[in-house]
Amino acid sequence: MNLKVFSIDLKNKKRLIPQVLTLLSIVLLLSYFTFNAQVNMDNRGIAFGFGFLTQEASFDIGFSLIDYDGSDSYARAFLVGLLNTLLVSVIGIFFATLIGVTVGIGRLSSNYLVAKFSEVYVEVFRNIPLLLQLFFWYFAALRALPLPEEAINFNDISYLTVKGWYVPKFIWTNFSIFIYSFLAAIVAIIFVSKHAKKQREEFGKHVPLFYIGTALLFILPTLSFLVGGVTLKFEIPVLEQMSATIFNFKGGVSIIPELMSLAMALSMYTATFIAENVRAGILGIGKGQKEAAASIGLTKTQILKLVVLPQALRIIIPPTTNQYLNLTKNSSLAAAIAYPDIVLVFAGTALMQTGRAIEIVSITMGTYLLISISISSFMNWYNQSVAIKEK
Amino acid sequence: MSNIIELKNVNKWFDKFQVLKEINLEVKPKEKIVVCGPSGSGKSTLIRCINRLEIHQEGSIVVDGKEISEKTKNIENIRAEVGMVFQQFNLFPHLSILDNCSLAPIWVKKLPKKQAEELAMENLKRVQIEDQAIKFPGQLSGGQQQRAAIARALCMEPKIMLFDEPTSALDPEMIKEVLDVMVDLAKGGMTMIVVTHEMGFAKEVADNMIFMDEGRIVERAKTNDFFENPKSERTKLFLSQIL
Amino acid sequence: MNLIIFKPNKENLSKYLVLGISLLSIGFIDIFSNTFLNFNITSFFPGIISYLSPLLLGSIGLYFIRIEYSGSKTLDAINKNLNSSNFNAILSLIVIFVIIKYIPSLLNWVFFDANFIGSAKEDCTGDGACWIFVKVWFNRFMYGMYPDTEQWRINISFLTLFTSIGAIFVLPQKFKKYIILFLLFIFPLIALNLISGGIFGLKLIRTGSWGGLSLTFIVSAFALIFCFPIGVFLALGRRSDLPAIKYSSIGFIELWRGVPLITVLFMSAVMFPMFLPDGTYMDKLMRVIIAITLFEAAYMAEVVRGGLQALSRGQYDAAKSLGMGYWRMHFLIILPQALKLVIPGIANTFLALVKDTPLIFVVGLLELAGMIGLAKTNPEWLGMAAEGYVFAAFVFWIICFAMSRYSQNLEKKLSTER
Repeated sequence: MNLKVFSIDLKNKKRLIPQVLTLLSIVLLLSYFTFNAQVNMDNRGIAFGFGFLTQEASFDIGFSLIDYDGSDSYARAFLVGLLNTLLVSVIGIFFATLIGVTVGIGRLSSNYLVAKFSEVYVEVFRNIPLLLQLFFWYFAALRALPLPEEAINFNDISYLTVKGWYVPKFIWTNFSIFIYSFLAAIVAIIFVSKHAKKQREEFGKHVPLFYIGTALLFILPTLSFLVGGVTLKFEIPVLEQMSATIFNFKGGVSIIPELMSLAMALSMYTATFIAENVRAGILGIGKGQKEAAASIGLTKTQILKLVVLPQALRIIIPPTTNQYLNLTKNSSLAAAIAYPDIVLVFAGTALMQTGRAIEIVSITMGTYLLISISISSFMNWYNQSVAIKEK
Repeated sequence: MSNIIELKNVNKWFDKFQVLKEINLEVKPKEKIVVCGPSGSGKSTLIRCINRLEIHQEGSIVVDGKEISEKTKNIENIRAEVGMVFQQFNLFPHLSILDNCSLAPIWVKKLPKKQAEELAMENLKRVQIEDQAIKFPGQLSGGQQQRAAIARALCMEPKIMLFDEPTSALDPEMIKEVLDVMVDLAKGGMTMIVVTHEMGFAKEVADNMIFMDEGRIVERAKTNDFFENPKSERTKLFLSQIL
Repeated sequence: MNLIIFKPNKENLSKYLVLGISLLSIGFIDIFSNTFLNFNITSFFPGIISYLSPLLLGSIGLYFIRIEYSGSKTLDAINKNLNSSNFNAILSLIVIFVIIKYIPSLLNWVFFDANFIGSAKEDCTGDGACWIFVKVWFNRFMYGMYPDTEQWRINISFLTLFTSIGAIFVLPQKFKKYIILFLLFIFPLIALNLISGGIFGLKLIRTGSWGGLSLTFIVSAFALIFCFPIGVFLALGRRSDLPAIKYSSIGFIELWRGVPLITVLFMSAVMFPMFLPDGTYMDKLMRVIIAITLFEAAYMAEVVRGGLQALSRGQYDAAKSLGMGYWRMHFLIILPQALKLVIPGIANTFLALVKDTPLIFVVGLLELAGMIGLAKTNPEWLGMAAEGYVFAAFVFWIICFAMSRYSQNLEKKLSTER
């Protein structure tokens, strides 16, 4: 009896000791840091706390999606930075996917030129640091754009200059009705697809869902214009002379070169990784799958929709979502060219002004961490729900 | 009885290499043909030309009265009548066995889902794996997967079944279960063209034997004559190697 | 109606060839004259047709020469690779025309109109790239603000590094262990002391003056050497069945992977000093190297974990049944195999590390990209941003491309060994 208890104890000790040691050292390290931080902050006369967030920020931000001026709080400044980060990330993700899918498919083309071109694209833009690509676009390429008086003119509606890309401003009345019409179209499409599925399963009738869906997407919003009281006016940028030698555009919306170069660099760099993922996904579907699908009489479109894409997407989506995450994190390079994202606005300017290093850096890192974890959880959920079952 | 498959003077090249030379073949309904020969002789290519998974450059191929050529619109209609079973099974891994079988009836024959699933279960019963219907291909053994593949092809109610070395990728103990299904199918009156090395199966089921070598049909004979009195030297050599 | 009319076949091939090639040639002449002579031969057509005329002519020409097997090697090669369908024909033409339109002017800028000889900005004529800028600043780009007279110290350190690495490949097995130990433990100390100086009569040069490509290498080398073992330990920790260790590893890894490197560098510059006792000063460069090392170690941990997971259970079972303990099993059996499996992933992480080093500009350290940023604001050399960044991009590209090619070869070599 006694010996048994003793041997169990020994086994547990072997497992327990390393864990206790690890936890102990972590706790010790953290306490050491906290103690020093406390001392340092006392010496500087700052107290740890997040109250500074409500203080007046008293600095301007060059580009913002929402209204902001110097009298707003630090919290609002943080929000502006966050929105700017999300804006450039979404634009980057959109174009990176577009370019990446095209280049990925291009690499598999039977056309020698297209395949080589895509290969060169991937090898060039993947092996140059993102920061350098950003610097090149911002300091070299976009600086070569003309001054406003000699802007590159797109049909007198939009102008590309070294100060930014001026596009017409959309002035809506009853914008909400327009949005409702879109939502209505989407709801309608959902209903139609449910109906189509029922028709197919019960009667074998195939409803042309694609055409109906596209039609709905066009017709309902158009209706909102015709009978819904929605109007859209455009404010076109106009060249004005500010002084003897300085011209500028008034009106319209200006897309600043910082945003443009950051979006371009992020898209073109991330596209290389997405292209490789797409290529791996398509290659991962053996030839036999397509042949078997063809042999039972499926058309090319049906083969793509029912057999190839479901399998390819399972291979492509997880690493691509990882790339989207990387793109969002890489948007922090905005600090290098003064695009006001979270890092520049909050961990840069706000930190300099308030000296609250620990709080600010924690909030910034915490925000990114939150974004990462949400995307990882989504990825885990997706992987589990579509996992191909094996023995 | 007119021919259900007719190949006249079919020639095919892969780049410069000629893989089918002056192939002439006639298949009557309900006929069972076994094609044998050394590897690289063009046997697989031959049957893959029949459902146009491979494209022939010269000659004519007529299946059930319809000519197969580049001018054929909707080759899918012809493929729906010709079932094919592959060496590597090629089941769709992301769909259950039941869905694998009911996919084409739903999307090509436009059957209602219930009817398609009943048809699928019927054919799965025929190959004796109806209890695996809700499982996925990755969860089945090789023999079960191949039988499921046969069921999938049968669900389109084809007039002709093509088999491309159906048992070559199977472990020995599973070959019999697949061959039994094929024998059953033959006895049921299906027109079959089978590329295989299983001579026992050939003797039991085939009406006619075809021996191919280097892209040509070297010998064609009724099964008994083929095995007992092979005419060509090459046939004799081949038979002596595998029997 | 099927437009399979006027298609060439073996008999009338020569007639169609002549027709097709002439149309193609007209298309090419059109685009050449447009680009180089600024002369539009199809200007009598309305705007858009005239713009697209090379494309139209070219695709019709290619249609006429499209034949499956003609017997002529070149014709078949062109047809198979560039002309297998109308869509492919148009794509090929677009690619060729884009190349014709833009590559010559690019080459002009880089080579033909560029200035290589001279010593001041005035020597640049302005049409092409002013490579004189790179020539004049080359020393700074390589060594940063490190004094010219002391640069031999950096050179010797790197020479030693490269020869030791080369020796690993050349020398027989029993010496390899010693060289690796030397590289991991002794060499860093020697190199650090040699480069910073302050002993043995060598002039002290603070890390703030280090810069340029040599700084890129120093940071990369240190981070590479140390992130690898740390990553391996983290991966083992994550797979441990002792919950405290497992969850601490997971927390550590996910923390570093979830945040951008810039924020980590910010943290090392601004937040980290708060965690040290008042008055202690840790060298900026060391803080940065620690930050990058820990950051990349988290990614390395995930890569190694992939290898550990991919290894079949049978290997673990066999090692255990032979009586091996945890550490022996991992060092002798598991890790050698797992690491071999994920060589591409490891190489990728190394590559990412090198590409991440330019970010240290946020703490005021100027490696290659940072030095170029500094140089281009020099009042005597304004407007040289393009030349500077193209040069830096080129240098990085060569390094990264070589690394990725090497890892691909290594992977191939090791897989055929099996």
